[in-house]
Amino acid sequence: MSGNGPVIDVRGLTKKFGTKTVVDNFDLSVPKGAIYGFLGPNGSGKTTTIRMVCGLLKADAGAGAVLGLDVLKESDKIKERVGYMTQRFSLYEDLSIRENLEFIARLYSLDNLKGRVDASLKSLGLSDRAKQLAGTLSGGWKQRLALAACMIHEPELLLLDEPTAGVDPKARRDFWDAIRDYSAQGVTTLVSTHYMDEAVQCDRIAFIAYGKKLIDEATADIPDKVGLFARRIEAGDLDDATRRLKSVGGYDVLARFGAAIHLAGRNDAALDRAAAAIEGLPGVQIERIDAGLEEAFIYLMTGASDNFANGFANGAAA
Amino acid sequence: MISFARIKAVFLKEMVQMRRDRPTFAIMIMVPIMQLGLFGFAIDTDPRNMPAAVELRDDGPLTRSFLASLRQSDYFRIVEIVHSLDEGESLMKAGDISYLIVIPENFERDFVRGDRPQILIAADASDPVAAAGPIAAANEIARRAFAPELERLPRKLRGGAPPVELVIQRQYNPAGETSMNIVPGLLGVILTMTMIMITAIALTREVERGTIEALLSTPVRASEIMIGKTTPYILVGAIQATIVLIAGRIVFHIPFVGDLAPFLVAMTLFIFANLMLGYLISTVARTQMQAMQMTFFIFLPSILLSGFMFPFAAMPGWAKAIGEALPITHFLRIVREVMLKGAGFSEIRGEIWPIALILAVLALASLARFRRTLD
Repeated sequence: MSGNGPVIDVRGLTKKFGTKTVVDNFDLSVPKGAIYGFLGPNGSGKTTTIRMVCGLLKADAGAGAVLGLDVLKESDKIKERVGYMTQRFSLYEDLSIRENLEFIARLYSLDNLKGRVDASLKSLGLSDRAKQLAGTLSGGWKQRLALAACMIHEPELLLLDEPTAGVDPKARRDFWDAIRDYSAQGVTTLVSTHYMDEAVQCDRIAFIAYGKKLIDEATADIPDKVGLFARRIEAGDLDDATRRLKSVGGYDVLARFGAAIHLAGRNDAALDRAAAAIEGLPGVQIERIDAGLEEAFIYLMTGASDNFANGFANGAAA
Repeated sequence: MISFARIKAVFLKEMVQMRRDRPTFAIMIMVPIMQLGLFGFAIDTDPRNMPAAVELRDDGPLTRSFLASLRQSDYFRIVEIVHSLDEGESLMKAGDISYLIVIPENFERDFVRGDRPQILIAADASDPVAAAGPIAAANEIARRAFAPELERLPRKLRGGAPPVELVIQRQYNPAGETSMNIVPGLLGVILTMTMIMITAIALTREVERGTIEALLSTPVRASEIMIGKTTPYILVGAIQATIVLIAGRIVFHIPFVGDLAPFLVAMTLFIFANLMLGYLISTVARTQMQAMQMTFFIFLPSILLSGFMFPFAAMPGWAKAIGEALPITHFLRIVREVMLKGAGFSEIRGEIWPIALILAVLALASLARFRRTLD
């Protein structure tokens, strides 16, 4: 390991499929032990970036190091120290849980095979289901197995590609507890997700759209960086209020949060004008709030292509 | 840098998957049996109930007991009693009989004296496959027919050489060449079909199921995947070969004249070459469907241009060139040489190295084709 330098330090990564540029001039620096979140709409290049970092795809341009190893030339050595959990379940459905873990453990030429597999099964609470075929597991258990498989060789860097997609809330919570444990032990994690409750658990977040990084900030600083103003609106008839707000416009984000509407935008005065349209209606209460992470991401996601065109990335990064 | 531990990992995984996939495994075992049944019996249109004529130059209890045994066996159907060789041969030429059986003069006397009289069996070998069964059966029929008579003879005449000598004359096709081609040839065809097919989906299945992504994210090398994925099926090929050889022996009475050792070496190389051909297909094909289509693309020349269906010597030069590039062509020659003519290593060396060369070229081509990235 190269001292205390970043675990991932790549610059200018670019990947084209045919004429389409999927990842464009991408820089990424992830410090040791961090949980680093990848957010962005579907098809924004998150998976491609992760695959380039672990050597499954060869970058067309760019350079850098992963775990102090050349990302383009030393992927064999990188693979030995990285655990990659694919978006789609990619273990063998016709092998049992134990057989899958043994197979992966053998590929990493691990000693004390049985001991490691037993320990892995135990820590994931899968000991009594070791002989069950992986294909018969439910979604949440498959995710646990996949995580166990990519942790069995004790990697220093975890790459998790939408690890909790389609998993129930309890299983997601358990999954993130495990990731935070690993992080406390010094394991670095790069994780892509669509869930806000997961995003807030990341130390730092990169927001990607159309192969470009729009934002790369400590999680707590993101709402400020995006520069949104926000209002929380309660109303007796939320549907009616929503209709009226929509007819006035002037805001960037309108989203229902439980029993309230959150209205957000970069123009504070425009928010006041929109709010004025519903003022005085039964039960309406308008409160100025700080914009949260979720408003920020909805804003980034809905306007991703416009932001990109307007050079927002440069502005936000400056 | 190649790691035995990783090869073993892939090998064991394939073994478990093969064991789990019962239907495919069952098909692998059923294919040789079905092929033998279809090809073997369809081609030799019931080798039983062959029409035969008998010329009796002697008569007595021994002769009659032999005739009764011939009638009882379902190989021969005695349709005529003839009175001269010429009469019998004209019947055979006309296709009315397939066998002419001649009991010689003084048969009874010579038998009792222990002089081992000769019984002539002339066979129409123009359909050699049809001839093979009954000819092989004739010895056993004779042994059984004369066994009770033998019991009554003085002790010194029992045991040792058989009491009569069967003289077989293959008419029209003395070497009986094609007869022996079918089953050994079938061994080559069966191994070609199943071995190529099983590895043709080796990688495409991983790609289609998405498991290739996890596999490639580990440190496993291309050569390790290749060896680990092909070698388990050598065992399956060996099982198939055993089935064909045993069935060929029992059902079609195909002998095995030569040594087993050169045969096993050649067969292992041949199976491995076919597996590698399939593996090369799986590095090219994008889906399992494509892999199957490419496999069938290999089957046709393997059956038509290898010397299995048509004599190799009679083919035009370009067809021979294609044939020489196919592992099965060389294997068919080896099988014939070893099984039927008893050839050893030195005689088949000239056919073993081409298979080894084809295997090496296929392995290198597979490694060149295989991508360890998802590009």
